[in-house]
Amino acid sequence: MSDPVRAAALARTIARLTPDYPVKIVHVCGTHEATITEHGLRRFLPEPVEVLEGPGCPVCVTPTRDIDAAVKIARKGAILCTFGDMTRVPGTEMTLAAARADGADVRVVLSAAEAASIARNTNREVVFFGVGFETTTPMTAAILLDDPPENLSVIVSHKLIPPAMAALLDLPDNRISAYLAPGHVSVIIGEEPYTPFPRDYGIPVVIGGFEPLDILYAIALILRQLKDGTPRVENGYPRAVRPEGNRRAQELIEQVFEPTDVVWRGIGSIPNSGLRLRDEFRQFDARARFGVTGEEGEETVPGCRCPDVLTARAVPTDCPLFRTTCTPLNPVGPCMVGVEAACNIWYRYGGRPKL
Amino acid sequence: MSEMDKITAMHGAGGAMMDRLLREHILTEFSARSAGRIGLDALDDGATIELPTEGELVVTTDSHVVKPIFFPGGDIGRLAAAGTLNDLAVMGARPLALTLGLILEEGFPLADLTRIISSIAGVLDEIGVPLIAGDTKVMGKGELDRIAINTTGIGVAAHAVSDSAISPGDVVIVTGTIGDHGMALLACREEFHLETKLESDVAPIWPLVERALAAGGIKAMKDPTRGGLAAVLNEMAGKANVTIEVDEAEIPIRNPVRGIGSLLGISPLTVANEGKAVIVTAPDRADAVLRALRAHPLGKDAAIIGKVTDEYPGKVILGTEVGGRRFLEMPLGDPVPRIC
Repeated sequence: MSDPVRAAALARTIARLTPDYPVKIVHVCGTHEATITEHGLRRFLPEPVEVLEGPGCPVCVTPTRDIDAAVKIARKGAILCTFGDMTRVPGTEMTLAAARADGADVRVVLSAAEAASIARNTNREVVFFGVGFETTTPMTAAILLDDPPENLSVIVSHKLIPPAMAALLDLPDNRISAYLAPGHVSVIIGEEPYTPFPRDYGIPVVIGGFEPLDILYAIALILRQLKDGTPRVENGYPRAVRPEGNRRAQELIEQVFEPTDVVWRGIGSIPNSGLRLRDEFRQFDARARFGVTGEEGEETVPGCRCPDVLTARAVPTDCPLFRTTCTPLNPVGPCMVGVEAACNIWYRYGGRPKL
Repeated sequence: MSEMDKITAMHGAGGAMMDRLLREHILTEFSARSAGRIGLDALDDGATIELPTEGELVVTTDSHVVKPIFFPGGDIGRLAAAGTLNDLAVMGARPLALTLGLILEEGFPLADLTRIISSIAGVLDEIGVPLIAGDTKVMGKGELDRIAINTTGIGVAAHAVSDSAISPGDVVIVTGTIGDHGMALLACREEFHLETKLESDVAPIWPLVERALAAGGIKAMKDPTRGGLAAVLNEMAGKANVTIEVDEAEIPIRNPVRGIGSLLGISPLTVANEGKAVIVTAPDRADAVLRALRAHPLGKDAAIIGKVTDEYPGKVILGTEVGGRRFLEMPLGDPVPRIC
């Protein structure tokens, strides 16, 4: 999937299909950005074509209020389990890592199942801070459907990708020409949730895989749709994505969660873009169990352009803090924290991805 | 296990216990113990080295801690000996002698110490270098994580090779596969439960480097230990204010190293090597150096991986396998596996 001969052939196709006006392709997936940057794929794109990451990093779009709730619950004595990067995202007062240094029991886990297993082996309260998109949500749902231990509860911060894609298109200055849709998420949700974008906004949507050739292929498909003037949902990753998605995983999510309006860091509240526990699972709501309500938190730091980066209106090098005061070792904004986030990825590869 | 099988505070106290430890468990392991009139056996306050008639003396020192201390393909002893001798080698220096400083935690099993000492002796025997001086200290239980080893190497070079006398046009060579040591250590960490036959490449490389030097035209050398190939290339490019451009497809990497790297989300280019060198040569000598390297078992996978240019001074550019191009940056710190 890295064959230079096939890549060169795709590059010629891309060059042939490239129009003479600017084309802004937005993807919403850290893995896409990592592949593009790590393999230096922007070299293959002619001048008018740019590819930007939108709200594709679940760690970054988690709002301050959710971090604050996790910090409070951890400081009340629970074992707080979450994914590694989450411990470094700034809350209003502190990060989870700072809470841990201050004595709270914050543990890094690889899955919701690991948190459940910790809960089964202790009498203490165990809280899983569940972040992520449609890819990680079914795992959290499966745990709650599988006779979960009573001392386990969840801070639900799971989010849905299609409503965020719609929200970006509703921004007045979005200039988005097309979406490169995320392969992992599409494995779960299938093609249908993307249909409003070509229909209502005239925007091509091509589902792309994660190997270099997958991405170049998806970009070629996008450019062909733009050239032909036939925007539609197209599956450029058929070896993994079925049109209907993974019905079983969809059912798991549906059984446990229901859509609700949530805040995305950098974007604001988006209707029906998040999930909350259905009534029959409310006893597992960690916020209720610990009496922690979601106060408003300050979402951005002055000067930090994470909101623009997360809405694909800027690239990391547009931000004055990038590589100066904001670095992975001393991150100012969440886009420098998450390894799935544009600023972090660009930093690691030298901050000038088109060579 | 009786108390006699473990290191106690008495072993570091300078008395009869220590004397016995040294004589029975350490000194006898080393076949060569002198580089001049006064050697290790004298247990004097220092040792002497007979001065070479020409060239310059090169000295280097390194302290070694590693987790786990026994790993696939080696242990902290082999690492401590080879690591310091390799620093001499990439200075272009034939090793004359090594010193050994041991710091042990109270309770450290004597059997483990014996294994480690015998590994150090094995490395020195491989390339015929004497151990000429040493020191042993014992720290209290919990004051140290088992063992730390310092070694100092003394060598002689006809003309010491720096790590940065390079200019546009020069050719960049690696002496073998990249990432073996770092990935082997990551793979054997218990939290990953990875079954693999991958082994560290830890080895003394002087015999290999000696052949390359004989081929001529070598401008700079460096051993890609911590931070891996990525760090070393950046250091060289930065110090010389040149661009180093390497071709990903030409960098020799074993398949298991690649596999574990992609599983953990860690690039083989950013993890340590303990038996390799990066060699920059004048363009007209590159093939000769490559032939010389490949003629030695440690250099059979040696390859030309790139060249020195002046496009972005101080930067390293990676031509990716698929045909893209990007900067290869200095790694941030110790590589941390991907979590989510």
